[in-house]
Amino acid sequence: MMNNTNKENSLWAAIKIGLLGGAVALFISLVGMAEVFSKRDVVEKTMTLGQFVLLAISVASGLLAARRTAALLDKPNTASQAAAGLIAGFFSAAILTLFVIIGAKINIRTVFLNASPGLYSMLTLNQGVSGVWILPAAGAVSGLLGALSLSLPNAVRRPLFHAILFIFFMALFSGLFRVVMINQSGFWEKTAKYLFSQTGMTRPGAAIFFALVVAISAFWSAKGQAIKTNVANLPKGRQIGLRVIAFAVIAFIALGLPLVSGAFIAQVIVIVALFILMGLGLNITLGFAGLLDLGFVAFYAIGAYTVGLLTSYGQYGLQHISFWAAIPLAVLVAMAAGFTLGLPVLGVRGDYLAIATLGFGEIVRLLAGSDFLAKYFGGPQGIIGIQKPCIGVLGEFTKVDVPRVCYSLFDAAKPGIELSTPQSIYYIAVASAILIAFVSWRLRESRLGRAWMAIREDEDVAEALGVNLIQTKLLAYMLGAAMAGLGGAIFATLIGSIFATSMQLIVSINVASLIIVGGMGSIPGVIVGAIALIGLPELLREVSEFRYLLYGATLIIMMLAKPEGLWPSKTTQRELHHLDAGTSAE
Amino acid sequence: MRTSISERALDAIVSGVLWGFRILIVLAIIIGTVLAIRAGTYTRAQWIDFVIFGVAQGSIYALIALGYTMVYGILRMINFAHGDIFMTGAFGAYFTATWLTKIGFTDRYPVLGLMIPILVAMIIATLIAMLVERIAYRPLRGAPRLVPLISAIGASFFLEYSFRGIFGPGKYAYPPINALEGEWVVLGIGILKVHVVVMVAAGIMMALLYTLVMYTKVGKAMRAVSENQDTAALMGIDVNKTIVSTFAIGAAMAGAAGVLFSLVYRQIDWFMGFTPGIKAFTAAVLGGIGNIPGAMVGGLVLGVFESVGPSLFLEGLGIIRPYQLKDVIAYTMLVMILLFRPSGILGERLTKQKA
Repeated sequence: MMNNTNKENSLWAAIKIGLLGGAVALFISLVGMAEVFSKRDVVEKTMTLGQFVLLAISVASGLLAARRTAALLDKPNTASQAAAGLIAGFFSAAILTLFVIIGAKINIRTVFLNASPGLYSMLTLNQGVSGVWILPAAGAVSGLLGALSLSLPNAVRRPLFHAILFIFFMALFSGLFRVVMINQSGFWEKTAKYLFSQTGMTRPGAAIFFALVVAISAFWSAKGQAIKTNVANLPKGRQIGLRVIAFAVIAFIALGLPLVSGAFIAQVIVIVALFILMGLGLNITLGFAGLLDLGFVAFYAIGAYTVGLLTSYGQYGLQHISFWAAIPLAVLVAMAAGFTLGLPVLGVRGDYLAIATLGFGEIVRLLAGSDFLAKYFGGPQGIIGIQKPCIGVLGEFTKVDVPRVCYSLFDAAKPGIELSTPQSIYYIAVASAILIAFVSWRLRESRLGRAWMAIREDEDVAEALGVNLIQTKLLAYMLGAAMAGLGGAIFATLIGSIFATSMQLIVSINVASLIIVGGMGSIPGVIVGAIALIGLPELLREVSEFRYLLYGATLIIMMLAKPEGLWPSKTTQRELHHLDAGTSAE
Repeated sequence: MRTSISERALDAIVSGVLWGFRILIVLAIIIGTVLAIRAGTYTRAQWIDFVIFGVAQGSIYALIALGYTMVYGILRMINFAHGDIFMTGAFGAYFTATWLTKIGFTDRYPVLGLMIPILVAMIIATLIAMLVERIAYRPLRGAPRLVPLISAIGASFFLEYSFRGIFGPGKYAYPPINALEGEWVVLGIGILKVHVVVMVAAGIMMALLYTLVMYTKVGKAMRAVSENQDTAALMGIDVNKTIVSTFAIGAAMAGAAGVLFSLVYRQIDWFMGFTPGIKAFTAAVLGGIGNIPGAMVGGLVLGVFESVGPSLFLEGLGIIRPYQLKDVIAYTMLVMILLFRPSGILGERLTKQKA
């Protein structure tokens, strides 16, 4: 009797999981992702990305259902798990089938924009209504596979899982790899053509990647622990040596990549570098001192406008000084603004501070873009014609809208080095980011850094211990503002113009999110966060429409699954996992 | 306590700058107002129009602000996605109203034609808010305060861009109700019928909410949970259920506000929730967060200031195209209220532990 009810429960559980999966699949279709993804191949002429994603949902439903069954039943066996997977997989596709059938009868496109013929034909493999059986069949088979994968030994399952995940990412990025490799010509060009097609991977390419990842993953799961212990057992000097080598390799790639990658990727990398720079700045305010500043963009705007007004050769340019002289001024002005804006709001705590600073950010944007101040800041037209940095001597400013000529430092007749490409701005950004990383690393261990962290943990206790709240907070806020100003200044120079419309709240939220996703208070975390939240979406043109949708989902999932971030500082990690901290040897 | 000279100097600077800010803004308002009234650009009737529009707009802010204030009162959390809940309600109402107008129902029964979309909007907003609460907020209860805030920001993005994906990035024209075209003349003042409807509807909703919170069991549970969760749980209140119903009621108000907003502005899009959301939060802070009558007062004050302000003090100061700076008034008020009186106009009771 008992067993019987459990079986019913597990059936219902499987159906529920399947329906949930189906709801996700329906959402992906309605939001337009399925159709856009189906234009991109995972494996050429075999499977599109859209199919891959939908099947992955069915597989996942099957796997979850099988796992749930195993937990519900007294004596789980492979057959019942397989049945659960089959059922879940079927239901995960059944919702879409229902959708196709309804869509064929009634025109729901007046409400749901993406319920297009293209979507229907993608869901039925171009068979029309007669192809509705394909979906549930494919779903059931995928669910079954997912369930069966549960009974595979770990040593087999994990490499397979890694390989499939890798194939997915390769499919997303294949276009980029292809372009970069084809640019190199010769051997690389041939390899690229062998591995990648116009829209995805070729069959041999996919097979090679699959085999490669399976091999690496299997090797690592067999030997990884041993290698780790070996490295840990190495003498101290050798370990440092290894670190230096790893660091050198990363630095080499980071510095060399923009030179070989072509303009598009270089542009993306500059933006990532800028966000790293700003992230390091906000990391002081938010990560160290715990002040959530959603008005970060205000200082970014102030830095950008300062550089714009001081160096522009357009009609709003005031001083026509060089980039190098303007940068420190921009940082100082942003810092001063941080002081004046910070003073009144820093008495406000927590969430209130977030909203108050958000208000500041919006005020700055609205004022900069208004007609009221248009005679100073150009209003909606913005400031154009920002002088590019020049290594050498700048010629005299002659007239409006004519850039100043950059002469060589040694010979006034020869042209100097004008840093006008994204690549050259990239090095400026990287140099600044390294400087800021160094400063914040040193600050963190200083008396001031400890005062910040004390405030972050508990203001009242910190005050009772003799920390001057206003002074300490103000310093954090000003440093953050200064870095934001620097970021804005470099950004303005990179683009060559400033528009008030680009000073949106989203910039502040981007910077705050990348810190939190990377790991609050952690310097490598900022880099990881910037790459994950800024770099990847910029690179993935296919998903650019869904960028912020996925961004929102990522934020929620991160908070649910890993609130300490991808690369947390050791303290945060300990705090958030204080329950199991005792068992892990630190 | 040891205080060095530099620290004392800094304290002096801080209070100096603070007072400077306060005096500057008060002066700007007074001078602007005097100059604007002396310039006499607008007639008395126009000023009254501004005020009425402000009240209509403010009652919409008030409806949204209720959701913020109730959730903040219970969870001490800024529900950043609340503005987007408002947007989902507007979308639900749009499709219903368009359909009702198309089949001619709205023309035959204008009152039902108004009420059915409001009902649909409330239901949809409630369902979505409950879903968001279940997925993005509930698992994070008890986490450090930044964590649910970031999750809420994520939820806000997710909702906005889901709607953008599903319904497209364009603007939809909300179907007008023919019976509500034109004006009613009250005491010699012409008032747009739509504005009257908005004010009346918002008033009814708020009265209902107030009754619910003050005189029903659910409301009592809500107040108890917002006072102290643990004690409330010990008294046999289902804290989880109470929190969900708080979200649901707040969302229902926001959904109704979405319809009223669409009636006034006649168009909806996926991003329409952002600015009203922030302004409603401002209204909630203005009235004293966690305080239900406060949210209502705060909404009205904000609405009127925003509507009258550009012509009254900004134009008086010689600012051209002052309506561009309408939002600046709202944000300045937010910052000001946090500076002058962080407990808000009506807030007193809970500020110490919340702010």
